[in-house]
Parts: sequence; C-alpha cells; structure tokens
Amino acid sequence: MSLNRKDLLGLEHLDKKDLQTVLDSVKPFKSLFTRSVKKAPTLIGKTVVTLFYEPSTRTRTSFEIAAKRLSADVVNIAVNASSVVKGESLIDTGKTLEAMKADYIIIRHSLAGAPDILARNLNASIINAGDGFHEHPTQGLLDLYTMYEKKKKIEGLKVLLVGDILHSRVAKSNIWALTKMGAQVAVAGPPTLMPSKIEELGVKVYYNLDEAIKEADVVNILRIQLERQQENLFPSVHEYVELYQLTKDRLAKAKPNVLIMHPGPMNRGIEISSEVADSPNAVINEQVTNGIAVRMAVLYLLKPNKARKYASSN
Amino acid sequence: MSEIILDSQAFQNAVKKVAGDIFKDNKNISELAIVGVHNKGVCIAKRILSELAKLANVGEASINFGTLDITLYRDDLDDFGADMPVIKDTEIPFDISQKKIILVDDVLYTGRTVRASLDVLMDFGRPKSIQLAVLVDRGHRELPIEAGYAGIRRVIDGKVKVECKEIEGEDKVFVL
Repeated sequence: MSLNRKDLLGLEHLDKKDLQTVLDSVKPFKSLFTRSVKKAPTLIGKTVVTLFYEPSTRTRTSFEIAAKRLSADVVNIAVNASSVVKGESLIDTGKTLEAMKADYIIIRHSLAGAPDILARNLNASIINAGDGFHEHPTQGLLDLYTMYEKKKKIEGLKVLLVGDILHSRVAKSNIWALTKMGAQVAVAGPPTLMPSKIEELGVKVYYNLDEAIKEADVVNILRIQLERQQENLFPSVHEYVELYQLTKDRLAKAKPNVLIMHPGPMNRGIEISSEVADSPNAVINEQVTNGIAVRMAVLYLLKPNKARKYASSN
Repeated sequence: MSEIILDSQAFQNAVKKVAGDIFKDNKNISELAIVGVHNKGVCIAKRILSELAKLANVGEASINFGTLDITLYRDDLDDFGADMPVIKDTEIPFDISQKKIILVDDVLYTGRTVRASLDVLMDFGRPKSIQLAVLVDRGHRELPIEAGYAGIRRVIDGKVKVECKEIEGEDKVFVL
C-alpha cells in the first residue's frame, strides 16, 4: 500500500490506483475517532510544520489535529509574524525548517507552484494545502472520500460543481480526481467564472443551474469569493444569488437523495441558502470530520526524507 | 524444503487444547472477550471462540469477540520502504472495561506484535486483565512477553508459516 512519493502537490499527478489507495486507507483512521483515546503512536518523534502564507482556520486546524492524532509534534507558523516579512525567500524558509528537522511541511500559498518549489529543494514531505488557483489536493481527496462513503462508489456518479470554477483550486482537484475515478463531472456557473476550454478536462458545462441540477447525484457548491466582486467578474451579488444560489426550490428539482457538499467556509444566503445547508441532504459537517481522517491517511502514506531513494517527488 | 510442524489434525487438537485451557481458568464466559490480531490471529481466535462456545454450551454470539490491527502501533514503520503496510479494521464492539481479554495470535516470536497489541487495547479502555493465547510459541523472544496459553511450545529456527482452512483451504503450520 503506497502513494510511492514523498510529496502531495496535486491530484493531477495521482493515478486511479493512488486515489483508490487513499480511499481504502481512510476508514481505519476514522475509526480511531470513536475511541476514548483518539490517538495512535504512528508518527511519534516526527515533526509536522504548517506554513500558511494565506489565512485559514479549517484546513490548518484539520492538518494539526490529524498530525496530533498520529502523535507527531506540530508547529504552526503564522507567516505574518515570521522572518518572511523580513524578506526571507520561500526556499530559505523551507531549508531553515528542514534544518530544524521538520519531516513534513504543509504549505498554503497564494502562488500556484510554491509547494512544488519546496518539494524540489527539500527532503521533507511537502503537502500542498492550497496554492493559488491551482490545487487543493487534500480537499479534493476528502470530497472524493465523502462521496465514496455515502454513495459506495465513484464510477458512474454524476457530480456537479457550482460557482466560481475559474478561481477554485477545490474545483480543479475535484475534477482531476473524479474524472480519473470514472465519475461524470459537470460544472455550472456564470460564464465569467468559467475557465476557457474547461471541456477539455472532460467535464460538461452548464450556465443554467436549474437544468444542471436535475441529473446530479452530488452537488458540490463552491464558495463565492466576495472579493472577486470588486473585479466585476459577475454583475452583482444579487444577480448571482438569483441565478446560482442553491435554494430549497432548486433542491426540489434534484434527485431526492442528492448529496450537498461545500468545502467551507460557507456564505449562507449567497451560494447556498441556510435551509439547504442544514437540510438532511447536506454532508458539510461530515466533510470536515472526514478531512481529518483523510489527512491522517496522507501523512501515513507519504514517506519523508528517505523516500527520495525510492521515488521521485511527483 | 519445508517441515510440517502441525498437520490438519494436530492443528485442530492444538486449538482445542488452547480453548480447553482457557475455559478451565475462565468459567465465567460473560466477563471474557476474545480478541484476534490480524491477520492469522483472527482466524485462530474464531476457532477458539467456537470451541469455547461449545464448552460453555452457549451461542458464539454471546461471547465478546473483537479484532485488532497493530499497524499504526508498530515500532518499525520507518524501516518500511515506500510501500507501507495495509491497515486492517480494528473492531472492538464491546466495552473493554472490566473484561478479561484473551488476546489471540497465531505465532509468538519476538513479542513485538504483542507489545503493540497491548498498546492498542489499552487505548480502548482499562480491561480487568489481558492474557495471551497463541497456536505456536516458537521462542526467540526480544521482549519480556510470555503466552499463558499455547497450542505447542517449541524453539524453532527459520520462518514459521500458518495456513488456515478459511483462508488457504487447509489447516497447516510449517517451517520454510
């Protein structure tokens, strides 16, 4: 059982077998959550550093809990209060952390490719916790696992991603993973938030949510980044709400057992109504729980330091 | 060349001996729990459960039964290459507190698997006691761990392999 790599930079580079390996590995980690002692000594003596150049609560906390449940020592670096503000380069920051014997570095950065730069220069395992508009692989894996857990399969599943596909790293990681696993992926959103040539990734494009939702087994709602509103990428929040908010009325047009997912944090009343977010179809909180188990599995399956002997970084 | 340590009949006799010895010391079946260690320990544990149920004249379902996997508790994970061991389910579907646990494995060798198994069990709660039952105690201990119950005890060099009817189609223990 292996991912045969030291880093997790994105899902584009994982093949179907790798994705299945992760899916098959999660359950034993999740079962730890139900015990009185929710920890195992698997990573005892290992050091995990979270290096976040962008703000995050849930992803950073999820990684921290995952690492602590495997008994690793965890150091969180808030970049705003670090030497980075004095002008230290990314590679030097990484090398300093490695000199302090970090075994895993979990990085979030506003620039696509930043985790890749670290991975090429360090022996520590690098995990991408979101890089620009590129990928957010552990979110993609936890979405995949949640669908797998609830629907018992991925192949043939009809998954609809709704919202800002253009700027969403979650959407990209979802598309890579789901299409490789044999799901039929569709995207719906305003034309201004749709990447050009997105069809080439094997997805169907809808601009009308009412039409798109009818067939879906899973609807994954993406967060509307309200800051994009400043860039005039959609006419108004009001219009977005009218056309693309997942409301109770729209949900009524979907299959009765449709799964509603959201990577969080939610803008209630914008991309999703409160009624839908709290409906029995929503598995948003389960995604959060699964996120910890999936990240534990990833920490287990990657091999820091010595791994360079057996595998290239991606 | 492989040497047969237990053939099918001797295998079954060994399981019966272990179950009989356990029953002799633990007449109160309700406070007992049988826990098998993946992989082959689970197979042996199911056999012991079946024999115990017969001896106590109760249904198998009335004896607590669980399985555990020690992978996450191994002390040698760093020694694995890129290929990490597959983790199996650990299922302890009863409250471990105040239970007399019979931990079952196929072969007792260095004692490291048992040490890890004890750590897993302790993380589920505080059992009244834990006793160890194995099909084969082959010696060469690296940790101070002994089996209270064993089908056979014999110092064996070489690799001991256990095959179960349920998995391989035949009960057999041999040395490679």
